[in-house]
Amino acid sequence: MAQRRLFKHGFVLLALVALVMAPAAQAHVAEGGAGSVMAGLLHPVTGLDHVVAMVAVGLWGAVLGMPAVWLLPVAFPMVMAFGGLAGMVGLPLPGVETGIALSALVLGVMVMLQQRLPLMVAAGLVGLFALFHGYAHGLELPDGADALLFSLAFVVATGLLHLVGIALGELARFPWGRWVQRACGGLIAVVGVWSLMQLGGS
Amino acid sequence: MPLLFAHLMETGFGGFYDGIAHLLITPADVLLVLGLALLAGQQGAAGGRLLLALLPVSWWLGGSVGQLWGLDQTLSLITTLMVTVVGVLVALAQKLRSAVFASLVTSFGLLFGVVNGFTMPAVRQGVSLDMLGVVTAVAVLSVLISGQVVVMRSPAVKIAVRVMGSWIAAAGLLSLGLWLKG
Repeated sequence: MAQRRLFKHGFVLLALVALVMAPAAQAHVAEGGAGSVMAGLLHPVTGLDHVVAMVAVGLWGAVLGMPAVWLLPVAFPMVMAFGGLAGMVGLPLPGVETGIALSALVLGVMVMLQQRLPLMVAAGLVGLFALFHGYAHGLELPDGADALLFSLAFVVATGLLHLVGIALGELARFPWGRWVQRACGGLIAVVGVWSLMQLGGS
Repeated sequence: MPLLFAHLMETGFGGFYDGIAHLLITPADVLLVLGLALLAGQQGAAGGRLLLALLPVSWWLGGSVGQLWGLDQTLSLITTLMVTVVGVLVALAQKLRSAVFASLVTSFGLLFGVVNGFTMPAVRQGVSLDMLGVVTAVAVLSVLISGQVVVMRSPAVKIAVRVMGSWIAAAGLLSLGLWLKG
């Protein structure tokens, strides 16, 4: 009974949020507005190293368990946005691309080895990587976009990638789930190594 | 003159519905109402009551002032900052004293009302139906969203609310960067 009520209330809240958010994406907005939403949604998924790192954040959060599973996805967007702000206003940050490649490698290895670091250390590490990712995105953000729509869509896409990672992490409830987690971690680490090699070659 | 009405949605159903549509298609306004409603829900039922009592009224007052006065360009910077602040407070699930929360709601409502008021058609006499539509939408969204947050006590929902706050804050920060970048 309680679960049914919770589901009902959850559904109503979700519907309300959808109602509030959806019109901004519709064709009633000037063409630039709708374009900004699409550009914002697509921007985080255009680079493989970014995608795997975002998934890895959620996945590692699931490996770490409570409260990291929700704390990392709450903290990451804000720190990433702060990095983006730094990139847009031209504050210097060295080794951005290396940091991004390392984020995939380190987070992938953490997931593969099922490492459960202390929460503060894990949050600090993820926060540092979030800065690099945000900074790179900040440099690449297009001029002329509807700022708030673009930013919101961008952040939502990033959050959904975290959610994919958390969902993969939740597979650990099954007997074979840990192996899937480790395999995903391994793949992410491989992408990190590949990104580092690309950097070395260029 | 066209600049004045650039943000006003024309539904064809009259001023009241234009006002409702105006709120729903203005991302900063929607995010502020959503953020304040989530924050009010986190404060409990008393927070929801304060929000419902203060936000529409302050928005209306601000709107009335905005219809008389001009709009300064720097206001968009301030409104973006306000959205960011509300998002951060929600992400932190910050419990605020009633007086602080009331001041926050009133000041934010007034300022967003001023910005809204400037984009509304001037009224020679009587009540601005456009502004009435905006304020009604603000009130309905406020009470529905904050009410849902208050009644849902599941940890998962509390986390979802904080995640939404973090998304609002991040969007505000990035928007601020784009604004500063010009």
